[in-house]
Amino acid sequence: MGRYVIRRLLQMIPVFFGTTLLIFLMVNVMGDPIAGLCGERQCDPATAAQLRSEFGLDKPVWQQYLTYMGNVFTGDFGTAFNGQKVTELMATAFPVTIRLTVVAIVFEIVIGISLGVVTGLRRGRPVDTTVLILTLVVISIPTFVTGLLLQLLLGVEWGVIKPSVSPEAPFNELLVPGLVLASVSLAYVTRLTRTSIAENARADYVRTAVAKGLPRRRVVIRHLLRNSLIPVVTFIGTDVGALMGGAIVTERIFNIHGVGYQLYQGILRQNSQTVVGFVTILVLVFLAANLIVDLLYAVLDPRIRYA
Amino acid sequence: MRGATQARWAACAVVVALAATACGGGGSSSGGGGGGANGIVSSSWGDPQNPLEPANTNEVQGGKVLDMIFRGLKRYDPKTGAATDMLAEKIETKDNQNFTVTVKDGWTFSNGEKVTAKSFVDAWNYGALLKNNQKNAYFFGYIEGYDKVHPDTGSATADKLSGLKAVDARTFTVKLSQKFSLWPDTLGYPAFAPLPQAFFTDHAAWVSKPIGNGPYTVDKYTKGSSMSLRKWDKYPGDDKAQNGGIDLKVYTDNNTAYTDLTAGNLDLVDDVPASQLKNVKADLGDRYINTPAGIIQTIAFPFYEKKWDTPGGVKVRQGLSMAINRQQITDQIFQKTRTPASDWTSPVLGEEGGFKKGLCGAPCEYNAANAKKLVQEGGGIPGGQLKISYNADTGSHKEWVDAVCNSINKALGNNKACVGAPVGTFADFRSQVSQQKLTGAWRAGWQMDYPLIQNFLQPVYYTDASSNDGKWSNKQFDGLVDKANAESDKAKAVTTFQDAEKVLAAQMPVIPLWYQNGSAGYSERITNVSLNQFSVPVYEQIKVK
Repeated sequence: MGRYVIRRLLQMIPVFFGTTLLIFLMVNVMGDPIAGLCGERQCDPATAAQLRSEFGLDKPVWQQYLTYMGNVFTGDFGTAFNGQKVTELMATAFPVTIRLTVVAIVFEIVIGISLGVVTGLRRGRPVDTTVLILTLVVISIPTFVTGLLLQLLLGVEWGVIKPSVSPEAPFNELLVPGLVLASVSLAYVTRLTRTSIAENARADYVRTAVAKGLPRRRVVIRHLLRNSLIPVVTFIGTDVGALMGGAIVTERIFNIHGVGYQLYQGILRQNSQTVVGFVTILVLVFLAANLIVDLLYAVLDPRIRYA
Repeated sequence: MRGATQARWAACAVVVALAATACGGGGSSSGGGGGGANGIVSSSWGDPQNPLEPANTNEVQGGKVLDMIFRGLKRYDPKTGAATDMLAEKIETKDNQNFTVTVKDGWTFSNGEKVTAKSFVDAWNYGALLKNNQKNAYFFGYIEGYDKVHPDTGSATADKLSGLKAVDARTFTVKLSQKFSLWPDTLGYPAFAPLPQAFFTDHAAWVSKPIGNGPYTVDKYTKGSSMSLRKWDKYPGDDKAQNGGIDLKVYTDNNTAYTDLTAGNLDLVDDVPASQLKNVKADLGDRYINTPAGIIQTIAFPFYEKKWDTPGGVKVRQGLSMAINRQQITDQIFQKTRTPASDWTSPVLGEEGGFKKGLCGAPCEYNAANAKKLVQEGGGIPGGQLKISYNADTGSHKEWVDAVCNSINKALGNNKACVGAPVGTFADFRSQVSQQKLTGAWRAGWQMDYPLIQNFLQPVYYTDASSNDGKWSNKQFDGLVDKANAESDKAKAVTTFQDAEKVLAAQMPVIPLWYQNGSAGYSERITNVSLNQFSVPVYEQIKVK
């Protein structure tokens, strides 16, 4: 187990460098970021040159990358064009996005898995068909449509929620955005769980458990669900990374000042420091989530062993 | 029995879901409603692109704040645009090159420090000095010694502008490097604001909570998300704030801000999204303002390209201009938030300031038959096709560029005469424009720095001027601008500038499209809302019911 973890951690190193290099190159390909700083007019050449040398943009790209990575390992992610430290931006943005992701994941687990279990056990019944059709509808509607619609109905028409989230973004204000963010994944989780449960419900160990006279609840939760969760856990694990990075649309609709907002603004202003910094952290989150998922397999299914 | 258990499972899931959403709703709506008590106005905001220093702020979002917390020597009247004395007691000159400025007595910064001649001299020297990276440094370019503190290449050889001298506590002298009769009228721009000593002694603290001398003080500033400004009770000026304060809230998407306004969570949105213009009358009724701003949109051409810099080119450009149905596009696409342009300035200047409707004459009026004839006489469009480059990330430029091309194609009877060429981001677009990489036309825009006709002409069309991106050059135009700048009589200066503008009409170096309006919507809680020429709300005049 320990050796497995170490091997996985070592594998992360090339992935980490590869992704950051790719992002760094992509941001640089977009062109000269200084040109966009002066509105419709041309920056005066002296100030532009001064800014370029201050941000190190006058050096070749490989040298910029090396300097940047060197700084990252000392905890310095650089400075955004508005004079704020990128670490400062991260400190305000990540807690908000993490809260949003937690809300979304909780929705996925609670609603998604419950619906999956119910439909899986009652395959072919009206409940099953209804939920299947509903998930199909949810999957086929893009997030921004769901988001704008809920915002308009709940926020403006019925006045149940505030259409936008305040800068502090407490949990209760994030419930609707979290639901919107989770909606598509939630539908997938339902379908995955349903298939898995339906398949395993006919397995020998379930029949044995029922024959032993175990209460039905125990059969479903301890035996059936635990074994059926492996594909679901994989999905949710990779989804953590996807939700954190992919919240751009939801964050824009509900005016949440999280990672998506900073990334969007960074891209628009071609602020390589912000974009690379945030993506680097997202890459780490993604790698960590994947590792945890793999380790969870062994917990869920004792047949899986890591040597 | 079995069925019952399963039903309970389903019910449980549904209950959890409902409870979750319901408590979300309850929790957040309790704190809702309006922008707050005690006459506080909540207003939409965008994250300023640069640190909030007066000489470093060149866009509207930072400009909003500076407009509230600073007062300079002059101030542009929000209605007429005329530059009136604010902190200046008098600005005297005999030769339009040497000016003596006297600062009014009794003004202080909100931290109690007196506003003196030194406050201005220090601030301007800071703004001009190369190593401070101030993006508005070029504003000080007319002052003598600018080339020493801000050379085009290399490092500065002096720390201070040699043309700037404090005589006593309330007087300082300015020597310009050329005659510029309208120079005192440029001093209303925030870049010329005075700065307290705290700005220089503890710069980091100042930037995180700016101190100024305007009708508001910064109460709380959370970078990237919000700023609370409160009325400064001891403000010595006449334009005291008529509300308790302003809460600026950063919105990533102006659609969300608009939704918040319609839901009653926000008082003022100063940028109504284009997609909502159709609904705005139904949603807000007369709580929607649409007034001219000092912005003109144009199509510019690359005169650095041989194929565009031909003698017959004038006819082609005039022909293209006549092929654009401005009225239809401004009505259909912009819902009348733009006005068809017929000169190269802006209506905010007023007749006296030099705006002249119809100065351009026939070349700016839609005439499909003549358009086709002129383009043919001029030798056709260079390269056979007009490509209009634009940035696709902001400002819904795609819609109108496509419409302009449609109009041109129809007039010329050629479906391939004009196409739009999108560029991904604004920064990339600007760098292609400034590095002269574009070989076709591009969308251009000019937002005035100060409401003077000089500002609409000299920086954009004068030979090698800072924003003359197309590198157009015309001796007659340059000569007239020089003459106008040396003119001491204001009315005469303005007419000479208009003569220069007539050269533009004859040469058509850029095609004027339309004047842009500023738009805003507000809630029922507030009244007396207006926008100034820079499309910034006049915050201090807003009254709360």
